[in-house]
Amino acid sequence: MTSLPEARPGQKKLGLVIDLDICVGCHACATACKEWNASGHMGPLPDFNPYGEGAWGVWFNRIHSFEEGEGEAARTVHFPKSCLHCEEPACVTVCPTGASYKRAEDGIVLVDESICIGCKLCSWACPYGAREFDADEGVMKKCTLCIDRIYNEHLPPEERQPACVMVCPVNARHFGDLGDPDAEVSQLVAGRGGGDLMPELGYKPVNKYLPPRAGRMTPSAPVASGPAPHKASEFPGDRLLRWVDRILSR
Amino acid sequence: MHPAFSIIFFTTASGAGFALIILLGLAAPVGLLPANAGFGFVALAIALVLAAGGLASSTLHLGRPERAWRAFSQWRSSWLSREGVFSVLTFPPISVFGIGWVVFGTTAGLVGLCGILAAALAVATIYCTGMIYASLKPIHQWRNSWVVPNYFALGLMSGLLILHPLVRLWQPRAPGVAVVAMIAILAAWRLKEGYWRTIDTTSFPATIATATLLGRRGKVRLFEAPHTEENYLLKEMGFRIARKHRVRLRRLVRLAGFGLPFLLSLVALLLGGVIAVIAGGLAVLSAALGLVIERWLFFAEARHTVMLYYGAEGV
Repeated sequence: MTSLPEARPGQKKLGLVIDLDICVGCHACATACKEWNASGHMGPLPDFNPYGEGAWGVWFNRIHSFEEGEGEAARTVHFPKSCLHCEEPACVTVCPTGASYKRAEDGIVLVDESICIGCKLCSWACPYGAREFDADEGVMKKCTLCIDRIYNEHLPPEERQPACVMVCPVNARHFGDLGDPDAEVSQLVAGRGGGDLMPELGYKPVNKYLPPRAGRMTPSAPVASGPAPHKASEFPGDRLLRWVDRILSR
Repeated sequence: MHPAFSIIFFTTASGAGFALIILLGLAAPVGLLPANAGFGFVALAIALVLAAGGLASSTLHLGRPERAWRAFSQWRSSWLSREGVFSVLTFPPISVFGIGWVVFGTTAGLVGLCGILAAALAVATIYCTGMIYASLKPIHQWRNSWVVPNYFALGLMSGLLILHPLVRLWQPRAPGVAVVAMIAILAAWRLKEGYWRTIDTTSFPATIATATLLGRRGKVRLFEAPHTEENYLLKEMGFRIARKHRVRLRRLVRLAGFGLPFLLSLVALLLGGVIAVIAGGLAVLSAALGLVIERWLFFAEARHTVMLYYGAEGV
């Protein structure tokens, strides 16, 4: 059923909190996600032409890197992005078959692959690019918030969290119930001024992002100018290197 | 957005087909069209082939076409599902109408009511087609109030252009259809220009900064993409068209889609006879080419918010 479940007060909203201040952009979360999910609930996650030009495949987690600011004051920010499990997921309501649904009990957005017709409209309706089409099976795939880990009684309790959260070496990813204001994740969002991506669209993402801390915003003082640098031509070896460089640049 | 040929063919063909159903279903019962059974057969056959052919083509872009029937289930929330339901519901009444007209030679009474019912369902179908696009918040070029009127106007224009030479074949002195077709062309042209002006002069409120929560230190730019090769998102949503080509293709739409069909309809109106039939037929061919380019542009010019994460500063 692609109509959304009625929101209840105290609704459980499982999701992620991603700390843009400390993510180091190592892509471990993307790799761990791919590894777990390739054989998980939504698996397989196919790759096409994996070793050649034009390699592409289905991934649920992608790490973009941005730069904000100019020159010395600039800062690189690594930005992991996966399904935000929105409270108003248009990807669900546009689905003509009922394959896309939002779970009433925890808010996780899932695809029932056995009834998906692969019309791709859900991927058009998602502003965040969370859904990727599996051209092998002809159905749409997406992040499951590792539903087959978080409720998996075969795993030790400390491992019952999404693979991306488990693997993060710097603890930049947190998993919990964002519907509970007392939960650790909610406290983290409140304390750090976490927010929604593209809030103006009204999708009300459950996943929150913690913006980078202000830190040192002013550029460091310019280095005092020392003695003039040696002219390259003073060293015969440099002339050779310049010549080699010219030859190689052709 | 990637312009998939199956969807371009589907929206142009079934747009014309359902518009023809509207025109035939409404005009024949009140006696505005030739009552001849031969005319009814040919006109309805063209309408049904276009409508059904378009629908069949739309299943070609599905990953699992054999499950297409499932798309009728979610009409409560999905415009795509509603489009499927209304389009299929149109066929029984238009069939009764066609049998009444062609076999029993009447468009009055119950047969006429079926025509009007089919017309109403065809209106609902075209409305749903437009709303599939107009309801998508991430695509600024589609989520505006021009899209649905454009789908109606372009559909009715193509329906009238097809109807015109057909009517002439059975009723050589029928200037009315040409006049109505010319009015429809002008209306559709005006609406398309309005749509283009809107997408040229407005932009999406979201920026790379609101998409990433960054920007406190200044301008945000993509430093490194998540992957070096194209993925599904870039193939499907990352399609871009050069400004130079856009301008040329729009000119082609103005010429083939609106200008020439208008002039050819005018020629038909002034000269009549066999020349009118030929001019009317050429107007259909010209408009078909123009509308395919127009629909291609509708996709090619549409830009999705996901591109903000791949370096676009705005969409």
